[in-house]
Amino acid sequence: MSDDEISNDGYDQALDAIENGEPYALECPEGHQSMPPRQVCPECGASDLEEVEIPLSGELLSYNVTYVPTPDFGDDVPFVLGVAEFDDVRLTGRVQADAEDVEVGSAVEVGLGESETTGRPLVTFDLA
Amino acid sequence: MASAHIAGVGMTEFGEFPERTGRDLFGEAGGTAIEDAGIDREEIDALYVGNFMGELSENQGHMGPLMAKAVGIDAPATRIESACASGGMAVRQAVKDVRNGEADVVLVGGVERMHNMGTTGATGGLSVAADDLWEIRQGITFPGAYALMAQRYFAVHGGDREDLAHVAVKNHANAANNPLAQYQTEISVEKVLDAPPVALPMGLFDSSPITDGAAATVLVSEAYAEEHGLETPVAITGTGQGTDNLALAERDSMVWTPATEDAGRRAYEDAGISKDDVDFLEVHDCFTIAEVLAIEGLGFYEEGEGITAAREGETAADGELPVNLSGGLKAKGHPVGATGVAQISEMTKLFRGDHVNSDAVEDAEVGLTHNAGGTVASAVVHVLEVAE
Repeated sequence: MSDDEISNDGYDQALDAIENGEPYALECPEGHQSMPPRQVCPECGASDLEEVEIPLSGELLSYNVTYVPTPDFGDDVPFVLGVAEFDDVRLTGRVQADAEDVEVGSAVEVGLGESETTGRPLVTFDLA
Repeated sequence: MASAHIAGVGMTEFGEFPERTGRDLFGEAGGTAIEDAGIDREEIDALYVGNFMGELSENQGHMGPLMAKAVGIDAPATRIESACASGGMAVRQAVKDVRNGEADVVLVGGVERMHNMGTTGATGGLSVAADDLWEIRQGITFPGAYALMAQRYFAVHGGDREDLAHVAVKNHANAANNPLAQYQTEISVEKVLDAPPVALPMGLFDSSPITDGAAATVLVSEAYAEEHGLETPVAITGTGQGTDNLALAERDSMVWTPATEDAGRRAYEDAGISKDDVDFLEVHDCFTIAEVLAIEGLGFYEEGEGITAAREGETAADGELPVNLSGGLKAKGHPVGATGVAQISEMTKLFRGDHVNSDAVEDAEVGLTHNAGGTVASAVVHVLEVAE
């Protein structure tokens, strides 16, 4: 992350945890999981949220092959973007593989990478 | 509950006009609607204007007062923003004002300037309808988000790009003779499948275009229409709204849209109708898969069965349930903040008999508009009926 980037409490720490191989979600007493930052559980409004570990490995629910990017990803295209499920939370991230090797249901491992265009951190999925 | 009667409608040509400002576009559409209604400008009690990304496209916020003066009025004026559902949400506020007696005459419109941003700029501008932290920073685009929904749909329910191509072919056919539509050309399934990729499985012709344009409608109370002898052959008899998690990944399902389901159910209840009473639809087909999810979410098809509707001709102009006779967002164009109002304008003309496709719905009595924001984190549905 560049030095002049404004930090985002909750989000930055969650990315650091992913980078360290110890990803977590927030969980309420009802067992609903969500990604930070949260003041309350988005499902039930409970305010006593705890950090709970989520697995590094998940299942790819869907993916696309993006050719037309936003300005922050101009040098990154084409790239594969996916949504993967880890216990009860789902994350959107860059699938670090060729599209022909990817399918819905693929096992993936979450990590942290960066945009080739801006150097900003982003969630990555490697095929397991 | 009381209805909001439609006294007049207006729309600019939808298309590529990068040099036209928002105020210029809105001034034209609003002026056309006021003229169509045959009312004096001083009679307007309130203005609502839908706009999504004026700050990004032309460094312009605070559009309420700007657009009031663009049409020459000084009524209380407010901008409404709900991404691509901004226009439909503006209509909903106008309907509420007329119903609750706050206003007798409301001008409601929407406007978007997009081409001056360029393709990458517009893609970035539109992306802010997603979740910044967990989606935009990961590189999501809206074609990309709907591509995720389409790919998941194929995996869960079956179907393929060729099924979706029929949605685009149908909507282009509907727009072919619509003089206000951006694409007045028919296309083939092969052309859709061979088009350049945007975010696979969404190709260029699975996607609604980048569009500049504005639309407007004058709503009046029934009492006002009677008192002033206004012709109001169509009324908005029901309105409903739904909300969901902003980020697609936070939903329980990537192929079911609860916001659409909720908005539809609430609108049906509000109008005192069931889906079986509906004769035709204008739905939010920003991408081909979006039309499929809309007709399922609104209850016209079971989950997983809407994908064959266009291929089978069921939603064609001569089908059982015509969908997007205007050409839809896909071919009419999608100036995002204007779209929800344009749906009302086009459906009103379809009912009145002065739309190029009016013959397809000659005996229709009930129509439904569906406008969605983001990956359907917002949805708004209106029921339109022939006024008695």
